[in-house]
Amino acid sequence: MGEITTLSDAVARLVHDGDTIALEGFTHLIPVAAGHEIIRQGRRDLTLVRMTPDIVYDQLIGAGCARKLIFSWAGNPGVGSLHRFRDAAQHGWPAPLEIEEHSHAGMANRYAAGAAGLPFAVLRGYTGTDLPAQTATIKPITCPFTGEVLTAVPALNPDVAIVHAQRADRDGNVQIWGITGVHKEVVLASRTSLVTVEEIVDELEPRPGAIVLPGWTVDYVAHVPGGARPSYAMGYYDRDNVFYQAWDDISRDRDAFQAWLRSEVLS
Amino acid sequence: MTRPAHASAGEMMTVAAARALKDGDRCFVGIGKPSTAANLARRTHAPRLVLVYESGTIGAKPGRLPLSIGDGILAETADTVVSVPEIFNYWLQPGRIDVGFLGAAQLDRFGNINTTVIGDDYADPRVRLPGAGGAPEIAASCREVIVIVTHSRRTFVEKVDFVTSVGFGAGPGDRERHGLRGTGPRLVVTDLGVLAPDPETCELTLTHLHPGVTRDQARAATGWELRIATDLTTTEPPSETELSVLRALEEA
Repeated sequence: MGEITTLSDAVARLVHDGDTIALEGFTHLIPVAAGHEIIRQGRRDLTLVRMTPDIVYDQLIGAGCARKLIFSWAGNPGVGSLHRFRDAAQHGWPAPLEIEEHSHAGMANRYAAGAAGLPFAVLRGYTGTDLPAQTATIKPITCPFTGEVLTAVPALNPDVAIVHAQRADRDGNVQIWGITGVHKEVVLASRTSLVTVEEIVDELEPRPGAIVLPGWTVDYVAHVPGGARPSYAMGYYDRDNVFYQAWDDISRDRDAFQAWLRSEVLS
Repeated sequence: MTRPAHASAGEMMTVAAARALKDGDRCFVGIGKPSTAANLARRTHAPRLVLVYESGTIGAKPGRLPLSIGDGILAETADTVVSVPEIFNYWLQPGRIDVGFLGAAQLDRFGNINTTVIGDDYADPRVRLPGAGGAPEIAASCREVIVIVTHSRRTFVEKVDFVTSVGFGAGPGDRERHGLRGTGPRLVVTDLGVLAPDPETCELTLTHLHPGVTRDQARAATGWELRIATDLTTTEPPSETELSVLRALEEA
């Protein structure tokens, strides 16, 4: 528990063909380097879970790692569409992609239920929309106390959670601050977990607003400085907005994408 | 200094949306035009506007426009930063937010919004859009909703291909039937004018035209037979202050 190892070792031990994996990070602390390692290790038939599949999932989908996507918003934030995702969803390239579509509130609650050891979560959501007709994991539920009809969504308990964080100590205790998204929920909801970190330090000094994941809640910690680029790590580096713009052109064309993959990820 | 001769249609849209926000409102903001409008309002007539972003930043006071809903500047300037489950469950769901600001790929006469797919077949869409994000629950639970969207027949359609977020559903009473606790769209602000729901029928009705825009232009850009308010008025053009603050924000 909280074992410190290399990125390639952790991914090799945790991620297997056919697994359900969740790489989380709400704009901030997205574990992009870990996504690239999964591509390099050639994993296939993955069910990818993520609230906001952005460019790291566009890359995994375009590289042929995914069979299914469970998500709530699939776009390139501030730029536009995800072209690899669209190509897979609309044309089945490089492989057909099954989708299970939710809202942010639904996904956040699914992780929270998973973390809480409950089979489902209850929320006020989805009613009147066309989503329940397309997504089997959205169902009405009647409150046993008031009779009010609400919405139930099943817990998410991925095989593997992967997140990036600012730092860990040598016992694998992880500290995260700034926008923490669903980091805590996805790690606690998943059967196994990997946290990549900017720094490994002797002692975690307290930080305002920081959360700590005790080492015994995490399987592996890997030291991967810059592991969230082109997203950002508060206190370490800013978001590379130019790359998010550039991704629009790189990803639009299958050949350009494959050339990028060969030169930037596979080599 | 004289007033700049022309505000662009996009600038007029942003200014009109900003004016719809009241000082002290708690506003759930999406990125793009909603965020620009909310930040403009905070710098002009509504300095106590509380900006809430779905990334969990509450009371953000960014010194420049954030580039994403999770921009670091939002966390650095917020009153508090909470997790994503918390922002939806404790802050949005119970009705603590006054105004939700939404965009749309398609919008119908009852203010229902599609951001999911274009085409009749969900499984084989003509265009796959990003999807719901926070929008369905923002549309459901904010006290009221402002939609900001470019006015064209491609967007203003007779029937949305997919209801991602509910406006007034099929008409009066539908929100109550669905248990949606907010009151729904109050305004739809476009680059041509402003629409508001008719209090009886809930149908979006043109209440304002921006300076220089004609009724025929608005009709031509609307995919249903557009109703026009009997007291149709012309939007006050952007003031010198509004325009200079907006331009400074967009240049920074």
